[in-house]
Amino acid sequence: MTQPSEILLQANAVSIAYGEQLAVKAVTLPVYQHRITSIIGPSGCGKSTLLRSFNRMNDFIDHVSLTGEISFNDQNIYAPDADPVAVRLNIGMVFQKPNPFPKTIYENVAWAPKINGLKDNMDDRVEQALKQAALWDEVKDRLHDSALNLSGGQQQRLCIARALAMNPLVLLMDEPCSALDPVSTARIEDLLFELKEKLTIVIVTHNMQQAARVSDFTAFMENGVLIEYGPTETLFTNPENERTEEYVTGRFG
Amino acid sequence: MSQTAPEIRLTRARSRPLEKVLRWLFFACAAISVLTTLAVVGVLSVETFYFFQQVPASDFLFGTRWTPLLEPKSYGILPLLFGTTLIVIGAAIVALPVGLACAIYLSEYAGNRTRDLVKPILEILAGIPTIVYGFFAITFVTPSLRTLIPSTEVFNAASAGIVVGIMVLPMVASLCDDALRAVPNALRDGAYSLGATSFEVTARIVVPASLSGIFAAFVLAISRAIGETMAVTLAAGATPNLTLNPLESIQTMTAYIVQVSLGDTPAGTLSYQTLFAVGAVLFAMTLVLNLIANAIMNRYRDVYE
Amino acid sequence: MNTQAQRLKKRHRISAAFKCFCLSVTCLAIAILGVLILEVTVLGLPWLNIDFLTRFPSRFPEKAGILAGLAGTLWLVSLTAAIAIPIGVLAAVYLEEYAKPGRVSTFITINIANLAGVPSIVYGIIGLAIFVRFLGLDRSVLAGAMTMSLLILPVIIIASREAIKAVPSSLRQVAFALGATRWQVTRDHVLPQAMPGILTGVILALSRAIGETAPLIMIGALTYIAFVPEGPMDEFTALPIQIYNWTSRPQEAFHELASAGIIVLLLVLLIMNATAVWIRYRGNKNRFR
Repeated sequence: MTQPSEILLQANAVSIAYGEQLAVKAVTLPVYQHRITSIIGPSGCGKSTLLRSFNRMNDFIDHVSLTGEISFNDQNIYAPDADPVAVRLNIGMVFQKPNPFPKTIYENVAWAPKINGLKDNMDDRVEQALKQAALWDEVKDRLHDSALNLSGGQQQRLCIARALAMNPLVLLMDEPCSALDPVSTARIEDLLFELKEKLTIVIVTHNMQQAARVSDFTAFMENGVLIEYGPTETLFTNPENERTEEYVTGRFG
Repeated sequence: MSQTAPEIRLTRARSRPLEKVLRWLFFACAAISVLTTLAVVGVLSVETFYFFQQVPASDFLFGTRWTPLLEPKSYGILPLLFGTTLIVIGAAIVALPVGLACAIYLSEYAGNRTRDLVKPILEILAGIPTIVYGFFAITFVTPSLRTLIPSTEVFNAASAGIVVGIMVLPMVASLCDDALRAVPNALRDGAYSLGATSFEVTARIVVPASLSGIFAAFVLAISRAIGETMAVTLAAGATPNLTLNPLESIQTMTAYIVQVSLGDTPAGTLSYQTLFAVGAVLFAMTLVLNLIANAIMNRYRDVYE
Repeated sequence: MNTQAQRLKKRHRISAAFKCFCLSVTCLAIAILGVLILEVTVLGLPWLNIDFLTRFPSRFPEKAGILAGLAGTLWLVSLTAAIAIPIGVLAAVYLEEYAKPGRVSTFITINIANLAGVPSIVYGIIGLAIFVRFLGLDRSVLAGAMTMSLLILPVIIIASREAIKAVPSSLRQVAFALGATRWQVTRDHVLPQAMPGILTGVILALSRAIGETAPLIMIGALTYIAFVPEGPMDEFTALPIQIYNWTSRPQEAFHELASAGIIVLLLVLLIMNATAVWIRYRGNKNRFR
């Protein structure tokens, strides 16, 4: 399952603090191209904070400081001359709760290309992105309806389509199914397998079965520390660390 | 010897007259607000009714000369409406863009420390009595205008309009700030994660999402500007003037009401009744605007809850 | 890809320019406050002395003082407080603690919201027609205070309702469970808890009454008054009326007097607002949670 692949994104000794409180402690984690990497761990273990640092979404939270570096394509995205906007154009994100803009379905998907001045072939772009997100068939007849009328699962796939419209290289997903029902969850998991042909995915989840089902590599975090990282199969069947074993076998958490 | 249980009564021991009296007393207090509205509507409509028995409504609403205190008397309210309109336009040009920009700065850019500094300053601005703004118009804004544009008259609509704009600015800023901050952060996150700049997030997502709240703030600001009295009485003049030139002296509805009350006009005369007729127009206009603003605000509150 | 980089640069430039615009506009608004205060201080400070505070108005600026206005304002605000605070707070108690939610209570709420938006000069017209002429109170402090009470009642009711609403319902339930009547619960538990919030709102409403000019002009308070009112039926003048009077004269010296009057007015307001902040701070310390 895990053929050799390039490292596309890498956290090197990353520590993140909210004011005085360390939320992520010296984490080093590689992310392989065209693979799904999942980050698991109990609530408050710092997994979402780490994920948000991969496309500098923590910039918007007051008093957050980061040490170490995150390299993307061998460039440090936290370098002084790095542009967070350019970073996010390449590294998209899908959030815990679906957050479509209060606009039409079409406008949601077309939004990112539009602000980037890509005006030609917009219909194709929107169709392409919606198809990739496996939403096209359900919405093709009502592209100009409000996105807020879609069901939760559809909204989340719309958010995925919205993120795909600019063809990012990486898609970060922060517990994308936690607000969805099991059927919608299954659809999104299926979608992940198709998407990894095109891009690289990092997914944070507190659902261990989900991590085991979808990901190629898994990282287990606890109290801000990366306890163990490895191929998903190894981590779930033969963990090296005792804490990992207790967590994946459900003895705590 | 067996103990008998003490008697337990679940019916009312006494009728508690105090509770009843108090309830009615409190209700009476709340009803005073309704009585106030009735008084306002009643007084204005009765006197206006007498006024219309002597002056045809069409003369009042469409007449172009307003000279109720001079001979020949004429009762066309249009000059006063034009005066008020000029003030509203001036105030809107100052208060709406500046207020919205302030709100955007506070809500989208300022850190908590800056907010804690700027918000009280806006509150101070909002708490300064209108007479002080009138003084500011006369002693600072008008002289400055006359230096810039020498043809400006001593009393002019522009100066009063600018000052009324400054006066309603804090309200616009604070209401727009509320509207912008009601937009959930998830929307901002979504937009930023797509590689948008702060301007794109603000102008294309946050402002459109809070448009109804911003619009309500604008309507309320206009309503306030229409009802503003002291600054326009002091700075805009007392010449009912059918003009759209902001550098000329004009008279607003409010300034006319003050002018009549400054003279000793006997009750029951036609000039006394003009006060109520103009007051009724003023009241109707602000009431309609306030109702519109409240309706818009109630609707947008529902969106994100 | 190069054009993409150029475009990004342009987008950043627009974004930075926009942020800069918003920041400078905010600074401008603050600067206006600075200019206003500076102007008033420079013009008025030289005139501000004991004589100014203890003299009556005069045709000669160097002999004029603010005593009548200051005394009138104190009379006015005391009477207004005596009328408006009980009515306003009890109306809020009725609407929050007694009234069942329904048409009547919604109607009163909407009515109060609309009254809060009525221009102050309309209250002046009503004061003139009802208190001055119909009730025959003439140009007395009482007529002024009743007019001001109508004006600030909506503010007091709205603020008091907010304060009462903020009292946790668990507190009420505890008291009811001990067998208290509604009034006992309100008097002993709800009102004490809500008091800091109510007082803050009341003080802000009274500061509005102190600064209002138009309604007082309407009821005819703009007369030459060279005495301190001794009872509620006396004629009066008030600080903002004095300021208006001086501002509307063309002579520069009277404008300087007006500035001195404004300084006094703003100091009175400052003291009241500082009190409100202090009460809010004290109130937050011992509160049922």
